[in-house]
Amino acid sequence: MKKICFYFQVHQPFRLKNYRFFDISVDNQYFDDKKNHDIMRKVAHKCYLPMNQLLLEQIQAHNGNFKVAFSISGVCIEQFELYAHDVLDSFKRLAATGCVEFIAETYGHSLSALKSPEEFKKQVAMQTAKIKEHFGQTPKTFRNTELVYNNYVGSLVHEMGYKTMITEGADHIMGWRSPNFLYNHCQHPDLKLLLKNYKLSDDIAFRFSQRSWESWPLKAETFSHWINSTPWNQEIVNLFMDYETFGEHQWEDSGIFDFMRELPNQIINHSQFDFVTPAEAAKELKPISGIDIHSTISWADAERDLTAWLGNPMQDDAFDSIYSLEYLINKIDDQKIKDDWVKLQTSDHFYYMCTKFWSDGDVHKYFSHYDSPYEAFLNYMNVLTDFEERVRNIAGVDEEYREVHPGILENFKKFLPEGVELN
Amino acid sequence: MALQPKVLMFGWEFPPEISGGLGTACYGLVSGLIENGVDVTFVVPKLYGTEETDKFRLVGASDVEVNFSTSKFQRNLEKVNYMQIHSHIVPYASPQEFMDREEFDVHSISKVDSNFTSAKFKFGGRYGKSLLSEVSKYALVAMQVAQDQEFDVIHAHDWLTFPAAIMAKEVSGKPLVVHVHATEFDRSGESVNQEVYELEKKGCEAADRIICVSRLTRRILINRYGIDGAKISVVHNAVVPRPAKIYPKRNLVDKKIVTFLGRITFQKGPDYFVDAARKVLDVMPDTHFVMAGNGDMFLKCVERAAELRISNRFHFTGFLNYFETNNLLGMTDVYVMPSVSEPFGITPLEAMRTGVPVVISKQSGVAEVLKNSIKVDFWDLNALSDTIIGLLKNEKISRQLAADGTHEVNEMKWEYASLKVREIYNKTINRRRSVRN
Repeated sequence: MKKICFYFQVHQPFRLKNYRFFDISVDNQYFDDKKNHDIMRKVAHKCYLPMNQLLLEQIQAHNGNFKVAFSISGVCIEQFELYAHDVLDSFKRLAATGCVEFIAETYGHSLSALKSPEEFKKQVAMQTAKIKEHFGQTPKTFRNTELVYNNYVGSLVHEMGYKTMITEGADHIMGWRSPNFLYNHCQHPDLKLLLKNYKLSDDIAFRFSQRSWESWPLKAETFSHWINSTPWNQEIVNLFMDYETFGEHQWEDSGIFDFMRELPNQIINHSQFDFVTPAEAAKELKPISGIDIHSTISWADAERDLTAWLGNPMQDDAFDSIYSLEYLINKIDDQKIKDDWVKLQTSDHFYYMCTKFWSDGDVHKYFSHYDSPYEAFLNYMNVLTDFEERVRNIAGVDEEYREVHPGILENFKKFLPEGVELN
Repeated sequence: MALQPKVLMFGWEFPPEISGGLGTACYGLVSGLIENGVDVTFVVPKLYGTEETDKFRLVGASDVEVNFSTSKFQRNLEKVNYMQIHSHIVPYASPQEFMDREEFDVHSISKVDSNFTSAKFKFGGRYGKSLLSEVSKYALVAMQVAQDQEFDVIHAHDWLTFPAAIMAKEVSGKPLVVHVHATEFDRSGESVNQEVYELEKKGCEAADRIICVSRLTRRILINRYGIDGAKISVVHNAVVPRPAKIYPKRNLVDKKIVTFLGRITFQKGPDYFVDAARKVLDVMPDTHFVMAGNGDMFLKCVERAAELRISNRFHFTGFLNYFETNNLLGMTDVYVMPSVSEPFGITPLEAMRTGVPVVISKQSGVAEVLKNSIKVDFWDLNALSDTIIGLLKNEKISRQLAADGTHEVNEMKWEYASLKVREIYNKTINRRRSVRN
């Protein structure tokens, strides 16, 4: 039998509050508790609670033949703990079925893999501990923030002992190859790679409620037929998407819940496919080849690269600024600093600063609570200035002085008003 | 001879509802004139009810009933209707419909039929889209005011009020003094708005006497507007005496702070400030820079700071209110005004009054009068950064400059500046009389 693998990304950032220049050194509470609470409650009601219930019913109805996987960021679990115990409990019920795999990622939903291998590994350890604490599983599969991947990131994940990793089946790295096979890291054959079938994934995640789409309205039967029509030799279809697709990006009245209620039946009873979790897929299938990825890929925007988070001067300056503090943070032992440090690394902060205003601009706007990327950037930098102050104060770093070139003082003298002497 | 002349003054804003330095200067000047016994009636488009009406005689144009039906007003309209202020001609059928229009042409008014009586105009009193239409309406009101009031001389501040002043002069036959605080070249560089330029030129040509806020502005009037230098006087701005309120530093307490305060627009040279910051940070990496204000170059400066990788030391506050401005000055170690073109520039004086040493560009009018400041060319990045470093590194010099500067600014009183203005009134009035006799 061929495999179908669902993985859902569950994530909510700690959004920053409006933080002005005059708040620097005065206010060290950076996050908008009310907004974060409200958004969490809204998404819980529209998506997490009904969709978890739906999945639980389907798992029970199909006697263990329906399986899914979740990756939940540490900062999201932390918000469940703060604002949504009901959601946390419903995930626990899903975990107890044995048909749900929980995946490892960075605690802060950060891009630390690109900047600091130490920080990256620390955050993975934090997140997996959290998963174990709540769901009783030690994750075996790894997914990096926003499916960001290159050979180097793969090597880091391999070093941590993972055997399975999830990333994007981006056209520009796949070329003629199909994502519907199991691959492996080009230098580490024991790290298996599951690649997202973005076409079929996006049919659900992005196009489902688009009335202009030729296949609207999409029925589970049709979708199952498409899956079944993949070439005979292809082995797996990986459907990876944001969990908020269900009820939050695609509203209930689009029929998304009915679609998902019917899909397991269609696949299990009317197709040549079996549901598997990522770890099962990696165990049961043989990799078809290594895959060599030098330039970094992700699952975002049309480019499937890093430009949603990094690349414009503001994003790069902000990103470099926060990671320039790492060496000081490692020197000090302060829990509040460490908590803020992780939350400030969340990729969403950099996403809000994106200035790409073509087709993807709309998507960016949808996901941002700022009026403009500039506003997002300035707000973040004000927070970071205060954060740096706190870190330096605790670390006891004195002001840095550099030798002033004598030419500077000579020049300075020339401009002094009459009667003022430099001695 | 009217030693204590009566002045009909036209302005566009008056504190506390102001958007820039013009309102502050008008406030200071009028206060000084009153102290010197001059009788001033100040007309603004709109009163907000928050003005100090006990101290000043203020007239809001929106409160003035313009009576179109009197033969006197009709005659005066005939007299001035050659002057085309605004080229939009709106056809109208009835007087009511005419009044409902936002935009109209002065020409059309003389055609108003006989049953059309009087009206009050609405004014936004801001610098919005319908600005030119407001300027025209304001001029109509000015005619009515000039008909009703007794005065010896008309005084008008900047181009927005020039059409009003010209009409008032035509109606009353009294001499006109125009006061140029800024020209279109200061505001827009070389891409001038022709309509605005024309109004400025007309106002200066119609004036019996012109007051400029600096020699720099006087040169612009001579060179760019072809105005006869003999009728231009320079009266530098002064400062309203206010106890210097210095707020304790709450933000970045143990850091050096260098501040830019003003509109973030070409004229103010904000980009030079960003580039100089990079050079200072190369030497003193823990210095912080604050750019306060708003403007069309705001986003460009944000991006430039990011490109230079100094965003963690370079902060943008947006527009600041009075309290926040003082708060910022209170924590500032060096104040910088790198203006490319600045007719005067009053903010460095505010900084000096709070005891902050200032670096200003040689291309600002205020540089003509300030002794205890550091003056550099706006384009000389080395001079800009070296003097900032020099001041930050040499506290003794900083302190001396700050102390001398505070003293100097406290002596720049409107009382003195307005004496010069009174002198100009009297000369203008007398000349007019002697010509008539």
